[in-house]
Amino acid sequence: MSGTEKHSPLHDEHVALGATLTGFGGWQMPLRYASDLAEHRAVREAAGLFDLSHMGEIEVAGPQAAAALDRALVGNLSAVSPGRARYTMLCAEDGGILDDLVVYRTAGDSFCVVANAGNAARVLAELVERAAGFDAVVTDRSASTALVAVQGPRAAEIVVGLTAPDDVPTVRDMKYYAGAPATVAGVDAFVARTGYTGEDGFELFVPAQDATAVWRAVLEAGRPLGLVPAGLGARDSLRLEAGMPLYGHELDTTVTPYAAGLGRVVRLDKVTDDGSPLPFVGRAALEARRHSEPARVLVGLRGLGRRPARAGYDVVVPGGDAPVGHVTSGAPSPTLGHPVAMAYVTPELSAEGTALAVDVRGRQEPFVVVPLRFYTRPAD
Amino acid sequence: MPSDAFPENLRYTAEHEWIDDASPATVGITANAAEALGDIVYLELPEVGAALTAGEVFGEIESTKSVSELYAPVTGTVVEINQEAVDAPETVGSDPYGAGWLVKVDVSEVGAVLTAEEYRAQVGG
Repeated sequence: MSGTEKHSPLHDEHVALGATLTGFGGWQMPLRYASDLAEHRAVREAAGLFDLSHMGEIEVAGPQAAAALDRALVGNLSAVSPGRARYTMLCAEDGGILDDLVVYRTAGDSFCVVANAGNAARVLAELVERAAGFDAVVTDRSASTALVAVQGPRAAEIVVGLTAPDDVPTVRDMKYYAGAPATVAGVDAFVARTGYTGEDGFELFVPAQDATAVWRAVLEAGRPLGLVPAGLGARDSLRLEAGMPLYGHELDTTVTPYAAGLGRVVRLDKVTDDGSPLPFVGRAALEARRHSEPARVLVGLRGLGRRPARAGYDVVVPGGDAPVGHVTSGAPSPTLGHPVAMAYVTPELSAEGTALAVDVRGRQEPFVVVPLRFYTRPAD
Repeated sequence: MPSDAFPENLRYTAEHEWIDDASPATVGITANAAEALGDIVYLELPEVGAALTAGEVFGEIESTKSVSELYAPVTGTVVEINQEAVDAPETVGSDPYGAGWLVKVDVSEVGAVLTAEEYRAQVGG
């Protein structure tokens, strides 16, 4: 297994820190450094440092880059201002989700599409194909780009503290879902105020050869403030608490953005220069499926007992035995102290407050439908 | 994993439980299993008086990331369970051979158990 898995430019740092490594999306990445729970809590209370170099970075550049992405993705990318980012999706012709993406408009004619590791090759191939005919060049920058995230209430203090004086105002005043070039720890980075934890934080795109310098500088500057390196275990429980979907769990080719409760990302209102509906891949299917009720919809579940539900377990009506849905992600919530899960259930059972049960290895555990975002960070 | 991770006086199962030679005998999980599980958040043990059968499941242990079944190293009757570990499952991870023990068993028959050396060889420690 490990023989074919790719290594992050920070692999040696993880080994030196004693990380437990795991295979993820074709990469060998840190699962945890010491304790999943401690890393999770550090991000909620102080800060965590994540290596996300397994993510794919695909540049789409040229005079028609925005038009190409409007055609390729479900979002309205030409409406995104330079320096801003957008959460969007790549869908198939039938409306199924091929990947969920964050797209940064790095300049007027240049975008960086960030794809999930396991889907990066597919996203690249689709973008190349869908951009054909547009004056835009699609380039895979994944191998030369490292990505580290600094997340948590102390993240801004840490990142701003490492930023070159001239760039401090840019980074300090950066809005959520914005990004800009800045020098951090002496390295030319693209700094973005984005993340996958439900906390304030930054993602730093840096040249692969500079990754170690940035990683070490953040660790050194952050440790006195409570920052710890954090692995994919904590990343998963953090995003679950924040109600954020994970491709392969909540999202896949069999569900549409509507079933996932993310219909807002599908911009059926985008138009061409002459005002007619802008054709994009999946448009016809998504228009048809927008108003037809999906067979199952994504809900949040709060466990009333102690045993957590896990991905793949059946959801049932209490006392019943016919599955009415299935769990896509589940864990004991470290912040809330009770089990949380996401599940697809039949629409008539999706209302908040509906009492359901999950078959946890042969025994039903009580759960109740709650809003998908289990945890919201305290206001500043 | 340090070389003393598997005490010589204990016997082990291939499924990562340990048992001592006292009477009643104490059963727990190995340091290797505790480390692989990560943060342990839930522990389900049989009740006092329950009959265990060597090689069969007698409980489950769950971490933030995964769940594992507990396999009985011996056939016998449960005479005591570690209620403190049920209430504070993290104890099993922090002190698997001490305060994190699981059950005490009145043993009628010992199952297929390994020596420390055999177990160490199996887990590559």
